[in-house]
Amino acid sequence: MTELSDAFVAAFRLVVSLDPALGEIVLRSLQVSLTAVAAASLVALPLGAALALLRFPGRGALTVLVNAMMGLPPVVVGLVVYLLLSRSGPLGVLGLLFTPAAMIVAQTVLILPIVASLARESSEGLWSEYREQLASFGVGPGRAIGTVLWDGRHALATAVLAGFGRASAEVGAVMIVGGNIDHVTRVMTTAIALETSKGDLALALGLGVVLIVISISVNAAIYGLGRSRRREGA
Amino acid sequence: MRTGTDRRRRAFLTGATVAALLAATMTTAGPARAADPYITVASTTSTDNSGLFRDILPKFEARTGIGVRVVAVGTGAALKLGAKGDADVVLVHARAAEDRFVADGFGVDRRDVMYNDYVVVGPKDDPAGIEGMTDAAAAFARIAAKGVPFSSRGDDSGTNKKELQLWQAAGIDPKPHSGTWYFETGSGMGATLNTAAGRGTYALSDRATWLAFRNRAGLAIAVEGDRRLFNPYGVMLVNPAKHGHVKVKEARMFMDWLTGPAGQAAIAAFRPGGRQLFFPNAKNATN
Amino acid sequence: MPAPSILPLTVSSLRFEAGGRRLIDDVGFTLDAGRRSVILGPNGAGKSLTLRICHGLLRPTAGTVRWQGGADVRARQAMVFQRPVMLRRTAWANLSYALSVRGVPRRERAGRIAEALRRAGLLDIARTPARLLSVGEQQRLALARAWLLEPEVLFLDEPTASLDPSATRAVEAIIQAIHAAGAKIVLTTQDMGQARRLGDEVLFLYGGRLLEHAPAERFFETPATPQARAFINGELYEDWN
Repeated sequence: MTELSDAFVAAFRLVVSLDPALGEIVLRSLQVSLTAVAAASLVALPLGAALALLRFPGRGALTVLVNAMMGLPPVVVGLVVYLLLSRSGPLGVLGLLFTPAAMIVAQTVLILPIVASLARESSEGLWSEYREQLASFGVGPGRAIGTVLWDGRHALATAVLAGFGRASAEVGAVMIVGGNIDHVTRVMTTAIALETSKGDLALALGLGVVLIVISISVNAAIYGLGRSRRREGA
Repeated sequence: MRTGTDRRRRAFLTGATVAALLAATMTTAGPARAADPYITVASTTSTDNSGLFRDILPKFEARTGIGVRVVAVGTGAALKLGAKGDADVVLVHARAAEDRFVADGFGVDRRDVMYNDYVVVGPKDDPAGIEGMTDAAAAFARIAAKGVPFSSRGDDSGTNKKELQLWQAAGIDPKPHSGTWYFETGSGMGATLNTAAGRGTYALSDRATWLAFRNRAGLAIAVEGDRRLFNPYGVMLVNPAKHGHVKVKEARMFMDWLTGPAGQAAIAAFRPGGRQLFFPNAKNATN
Repeated sequence: MPAPSILPLTVSSLRFEAGGRRLIDDVGFTLDAGRRSVILGPNGAGKSLTLRICHGLLRPTAGTVRWQGGADVRARQAMVFQRPVMLRRTAWANLSYALSVRGVPRRERAGRIAEALRRAGLLDIARTPARLLSVGEQQRLALARAWLLEPEVLFLDEPTASLDPSATRAVEAIIQAIHAAGAKIVLTTQDMGQARRLGDEVLFLYGGRLLEHAPAERFFETPATPQARAFINGELYEDWN
């Protein structure tokens, strides 16, 4: 029990003192995960909507693949991205390994299937309702995808936030491709892993508490969005 | 009409936010606070977890303006990073593996840097009865004879290699006992010490990590001082003939500094809690 | 520059099968401009399917749907569904969307939207999210949206089936106004009263077949088939086959 109370004391101290080292790590975590979420969403939202709206050969296979990829363990993603970005790998010339960019790539790969799959689900519901009306208007596939994405934006925000949650909570992938380099690629989760390995469990848990607070904020945002959606009758 | 403008404005804001975020990341994606020219050093958890790098690297960075990015993994993994060209410099502690690394053409210019030593830690009540022994192999033999639990890194790290040498010296193959009294954690020194503390087992640790380790629970040093527990660190340049992108100039500056008077003095001056953890032993510390 | 009308619409030998069942069988008719055509019949007669095939939402298993005027016929039709499909936007934005699909420049939309809302008596709810409107208001908005597109032909699939009498009255008034403004009306219904109020001619569908196609007055006075007679009299027709 003392370890838990120590942890909360440590967390409280870290937050209240606006510990600059902590601030830097939190900022970098947000930066990496938010960029990954933005990049993944840019691809995943249209992809998910396209899977819901369009009928093309291989659509079923692609849907199964996307759904299966949702459960991909972060370490596997990390390993694959590492092998790609390694100097001995096909993308080695880019020199991205052990940079935040590599972490962004790994997290993007990790959450893209999640966002795409959730986007597909929400788009399917909307599309079954809109399909005939939009066809009657003479709306083409590109515009239909845009319409379904825009009108489904509240549900999609939930999908995007779910992606953010997964990205900001994972450690396996960013540890491998980022290397947990102090001041360069150290983020909340790798810092927690490091403090745990140093046996400084209170500090590790303290960082964990900060991560939980961020996670709660994100979920509160999801909840708030859900409420405003109900108000709009969407 | 206003709805249209609202929508455009919102779309614009969303786009601008994403763009700003991407831009922010692009500008900081490279060096965040580290200096612009930088090298990547693949090293071991013991050097990083103990706080050594955090103490001495700023001195090098201040003098040369070259940032040093440390990727701290096990010795085996660090050597693999070097072999794949994912680091410029490798700083590890496993002499036989280092020599093989150089012989295989992955590294050049191996130099001694410093040493510390290993300790055998275990529960304070010492169920194997090895406390105070100075023959590590004999102590290992006693642990095996009594079947007292032992936590091994099991991760091909320098410490793991050293531990396996000691079992060999004791004439024991622990692998068949894996899972009964021999636990292979497959993780870093800290995680292994956490396991040892949690399950009350013996373990081999480098002294630096042990001293910096905070979650000792009921563990204490049982065996130390054996000459075989000597733990030398070596630094190598990743072979630029194999990997053309290796930053030879900056990397050599780092190696020269580390094995030169300034670096050696910095290592000696690192005394957390008033105790020296690493002892400089570079051969040509006068250049 | 009035383009040549897309009417008349000629449908011939129409067949539609789904799940191994023949839902529309050998249906053919011609719809001329001007008249309000009511497709009447009980549940499952194939009314909605026929309407969707005419509008091009469904592809028939066999048979042809031919419009007189060739080019871009879809852009000169509109359709209103039994359950109004409201985009998750304000009433105003729902109308604006329809115009933008048709390529109407943004600056020209406001006046037309305001006029369409006024005609449907919906000006005061212009800023309300469409999905928060009552079903009756939603259907009026759907009509206003269809009208806005200035279609030559307006298809309506049982537009008042889920409405109460006063909402039905309001919707029928808008349909009449759209017709008065020059659009051809093609409407499906099971409601005899509505067919009498709105129909210039009746197409009586039964069991996937077109049994009668006649001017409304003649259809109601002297139906030619026992099925139509039973339907008009509100009786249950037993089909012995």
